[in-house]
Amino acid sequence: MSGKDANEGDPASRPAREAMTGVATGRKRKRGEQPVVPDTEFTSYYGKPVINGPVWKSPDVPGYLFLGGLAGASSLLAAGSQLTGRSRVAVVAKTGAFGAVTLALVALVHDLGRPARFLNMLRVFKPSSPMNIGSWLLAGYGPLAGAAAASAVTGKLPRTGAAATAGAALTGPAVAAYTAALVSDTAVPAWHDGHRELPYVFVGSGAVAAGGLGLLAAPEREAGPARNLAAFGTVLELAAFQRMERRIGMVAEPYRSGRAGAMVRAGEALAVAGVAGAVAGRRSRIARLVSGAGLIAASALSKWGIFEAGKVSADDPKYTVVPQRERLRKREREGGAA
Amino acid sequence: MTTTHVPATDPAGESGYADHPPRMGFFTDTSVCIGCKACEVACKEWNAVPADGLDLTGMSYDNTVGLGADSWRHVAFIEQRKPMAQQDPGLHHDQDVLAMAEHGSATQPPAAGMTPTTPGSGDDFRWLMASDVCKHCTHAACLDVCPTGSLFRTEFGTVVVQEDICNGCGYCIPACPYGVIDQRKDDGRAWKCTLCYDRLGDGMEPACAKACPTDSIQFGPLDELRERAQQRVEQLHEAGVTDARLYGDDPGDGVGGDGAFFLLFDEPEVYGFPPDPVVTTRDLPRMWRHVATAAATLAAGAAAAFLGGKGR
Repeated sequence: MSGKDANEGDPASRPAREAMTGVATGRKRKRGEQPVVPDTEFTSYYGKPVINGPVWKSPDVPGYLFLGGLAGASSLLAAGSQLTGRSRVAVVAKTGAFGAVTLALVALVHDLGRPARFLNMLRVFKPSSPMNIGSWLLAGYGPLAGAAAASAVTGKLPRTGAAATAGAALTGPAVAAYTAALVSDTAVPAWHDGHRELPYVFVGSGAVAAGGLGLLAAPEREAGPARNLAAFGTVLELAAFQRMERRIGMVAEPYRSGRAGAMVRAGEALAVAGVAGAVAGRRSRIARLVSGAGLIAASALSKWGIFEAGKVSADDPKYTVVPQRERLRKREREGGAA
Repeated sequence: MTTTHVPATDPAGESGYADHPPRMGFFTDTSVCIGCKACEVACKEWNAVPADGLDLTGMSYDNTVGLGADSWRHVAFIEQRKPMAQQDPGLHHDQDVLAMAEHGSATQPPAAGMTPTTPGSGDDFRWLMASDVCKHCTHAACLDVCPTGSLFRTEFGTVVVQEDICNGCGYCIPACPYGVIDQRKDDGRAWKCTLCYDRLGDGMEPACAKACPTDSIQFGPLDELRERAQQRVEQLHEAGVTDARLYGDDPGDGVGGDGAFFLLFDEPEVYGFPPDPVVTTRDLPRMWRHVATAAATLAAGAAAAFLGGKGR
């Protein structure tokens, strides 16, 4: 850089730069200068958040997280049902997956500040951006889910339909899982710190929703896999969630308190109840319907709760400052004198 | 996307600029900041940043509150019952405190460091002022997560939003560990300091640095600024101002060092800075691995649901 302003002058010609703040400027002080290192629990600037929290809107983004999981896991249920001749569940899972991913896409575009520029997502391929990778995933998965559903509903092009079903089953798990990286790859404490377990929580939640959808549709003889999938999802989600809470300590507080905590807890309770209802009432169509609806609601609640908890953790400087301060102290204790 | 702690000081070179000018940045020396907010005004004027309302916050002289889409410089004011080395704060408590109290104060006493009604003890008082700005990180999370490529690295090593590309997805906003970038509500897109990219191209210094009357905001090649800042800290320490410390100058920190760094008198969080910021994408490789394992777990679980199930 060569500039008139930019390199203007040497420091000596700028006396203000050398001003001695705090040095005896007149009257004497009673107490001498003392090194002040505050030991308080944590300090902040007037209690204001350190980071700017997500501007993502509700229901758009939590809805997107929920629908992505429902769609991805439903595509697996659809492929399995087709392979094992459970035609009723196959059709519903395929149409459900396509409906969910379509709604998810609408929610995603609606949340943009400039929806008309949605396609700018695809002007680069960028693995450092989970949102970019997610856009490419949806661009691949969406048409597959659509073709699978169209063939299942119309009965036309069964081979193409089967291929699309297989393709959707291959990409579906990625659609259900990547949204965890989407939220974790931020400075939002509750999301970022949970980045090891959230992918398992998210796919578990997706399996709960897809199992619920299968139960809504299945006649008695077809309901087994949907019930199993919901049970598997519930166990995986609860176990991963508990592991995360233990690991991330105080940053997990928003997952357990307030409105967000209530949603997470309700989601967990509903998932357990839904699985129990489906197992206990396996001969009852009413039980399947109620359990199925409950399981879908459970998945939505848990995604909503996770979304809201992230916002809570972003708005309170405590969750940003305290863990970072502890990290610094630990580093100092371990002798890494900075 | 980075995984290592290798100090990187040439982000422009790493971004593919073969022949580029030196990395430019800011050194904000808060020891000479007088809180005039000329930087805030000059920035708004030059960059045509819209007004964002006038709130009287009661946070000392700070009515800007923080950085955002419409505030690219923000002067923080902190009132503390702490001595500023040997400086005389000029507070005398032989006045009629009750009469002053009747006069009133905008700051609620519990929130204020010192007011007529809560005068504090002795004459320990210091008023810290600091002009905050985008850090133009070596490893910039906003740039990493931007799905459209709207955010880019300039030849000066700074980070700038291309507003004709931004689709307002908002991902950069919670990704920033400093709370710098934000969405302009009526416009939908994300905005932040450009380090006056347009002025740099013409060999001029950014508007805020140009306007700063005390040279608290210094602009120049980052190498030079770091050297000068080190000297300044030593100078202050020798003069007995042992609180002085640098923030964001270390290429070994969690963001690879800031392109805009600071001389502070207290812990970073006192000024609203994160004490140990880390670029979120440092953990992204591990996130992707867990995503892959989770996806495989889901597929395996679904397969088991069909194989293991009784009740056909």
